[in-house]
Amino acid sequence: METKLLTEFYHLEEFKGLEGYKKNGGYAELAKALKMQPQQIIDEVKASGLRGRGGAGFPTGTKWSFLPKNNEPRYLLCNADEGEPGTFKDRLMMERAPHQLIEGMIISAFAIGSKKSYIYVRGEYHYPISVLRQAVKEAYDAGFLGKNILGSGFDHDMDVYSGAGAYICGEETGMISSLEGLKGQPKLKPPFPAVQGYLRKPTIVNNVETLAAVKYIIRDGAQAYRKHGTEKSPGTKLFSLSGNVMKPGNYEVPLGYPLIDLINKEGGGMKAGRKLKAVIPGGSSAPVLTAAEVEKANLDYECLGGMGTMLGSGAVIVIDDSQCMVDMLGVLTHFYHHESCGQCTPCREGTGWLNKILHSILEGKGRLQDIELLEKVADNMKGKTICALSDAAALPVLSFVSKFREEFEFYVREGRSKVKGTTYAEMHH
Amino acid sequence: MFKISEDGIKKIKQELSRYEVKESAIIPSLYLAQKENNGWINTEVICALAEVMGLPESKINEVFKFYTMFNQKPVGKYHVQVCTNISCALNNSRELANHICNELKVRFDEVSPDGRFTISKVECLGSCGTAPMMQVNDRYYENLTSESAMNLLRGMK
Repeated sequence: METKLLTEFYHLEEFKGLEGYKKNGGYAELAKALKMQPQQIIDEVKASGLRGRGGAGFPTGTKWSFLPKNNEPRYLLCNADEGEPGTFKDRLMMERAPHQLIEGMIISAFAIGSKKSYIYVRGEYHYPISVLRQAVKEAYDAGFLGKNILGSGFDHDMDVYSGAGAYICGEETGMISSLEGLKGQPKLKPPFPAVQGYLRKPTIVNNVETLAAVKYIIRDGAQAYRKHGTEKSPGTKLFSLSGNVMKPGNYEVPLGYPLIDLINKEGGGMKAGRKLKAVIPGGSSAPVLTAAEVEKANLDYECLGGMGTMLGSGAVIVIDDSQCMVDMLGVLTHFYHHESCGQCTPCREGTGWLNKILHSILEGKGRLQDIELLEKVADNMKGKTICALSDAAALPVLSFVSKFREEFEFYVREGRSKVKGTTYAEMHH
Repeated sequence: MFKISEDGIKKIKQELSRYEVKESAIIPSLYLAQKENNGWINTEVICALAEVMGLPESKINEVFKFYTMFNQKPVGKYHVQVCTNISCALNNSRELANHICNELKVRFDEVSPDGRFTISKVECLGSCGTAPMMQVNDRYYENLTSESAMNLLRGMK
């Protein structure tokens, strides 16, 4: 069953505007937080066990505590560059509840002592950007942003920045480069953004859902928040369910929720006559699970990590038995090749080779040794670059090939898809 | 010779003073110039921006070339971008994209003879639960079928 903590009022049209938001508990936690000591808020977030909802799952309170303990100006940056294929939860949150994010951000900014924040939204999200800009204006007019917020003496300014189409800007240092007006190329860590981020000033980058959740930790307290989810993965999370399933959509469930229940109960199961074949559980960068593995998988960081995959952004992509895994992997290799920023050689060249080899197989020109070559190239891309895009490109290849090897071998031997019976060209042209 | 409008110059000046560093105004200014240049950007546009912004052309150019939302060649009045990433591909978006091209008799990334359409296949647009989908200029159209997509496009004059 869904547990609607963040999404409780998402069905209400009025929740989008300031008045409707306030009517349903909006900005009550901001008032409460501004009366607390910043360190108290950080401690509460730490105690809640909240982990980054963008993909990496890093403990939020710990990230905040990496900031230098001095009066140096620091920035809060909201990562709303939602680009991980399969993910569409931040878009929902920004469209339905822009003030929830803004309130969570002001509380977080107060906790870390930041006077300036940006919401970096992917450029394609024209509508969410317009909703957010309107909401930021409303928040200024109501005195929730600007000077001396609610008489607390705390000043905070917020702005919404539009990206311009680059998956890599979802990587936090890539986002910082982009906001600085450069190509969105990631920077070498350390120094981590908390020490040297935007304009070399200490910067905290958190995902939309993470920042929005802070409000509920302040409202209910860390212990109540921990009642949802598991010991090591506390809280609820929005999962974006897509692919070959009856009722795709965003569902908020406690972490630790059985993956098969999300597909069958929330998602209404498979289409008539179709069987589950595979699931990518955490966005396109997460290694694929077979139908048998799905039965044993729970949606928390530890369980999926233990199965060799990851929770990632919470994008659950369902693949049924009518799909050709060679074809689907071709979609992914094309994506990573397109999105590699070109900075590190293993990624720039590796993503290109993976895509070339895969498409030569798809065109019926593959050789059996190409399957091993795919694995060899992918293996050489892991852990050798500035950011995780290279690994993200390699992992799907390794998991698709090892778990569905027979389909790849059939395609190479016969020059056509085992599932579709045809070649790639016949499938799509 | 391309020139930025008076109103455009005013807006760019505002963007230049909006952020901590001038360079952060490059992306917003490229959007603005692209709009004024019928949806795409060339060297003339970069030069005009460099002059207004007081930044080297190279700085503006490298940002322009990095991001996919800045078009490096002309596009039709309606830029139709069909998502062909995984969730949409699982819901036959590539077939949809091909169908649209066939019906409108235009090749991918080219402008239709009447200047109305450019069809592109693009990466994930965050509309995976409502696949297949397309973005036409600034708007998303979701849960498409071949018929509904063509009806929408035929209505765009």
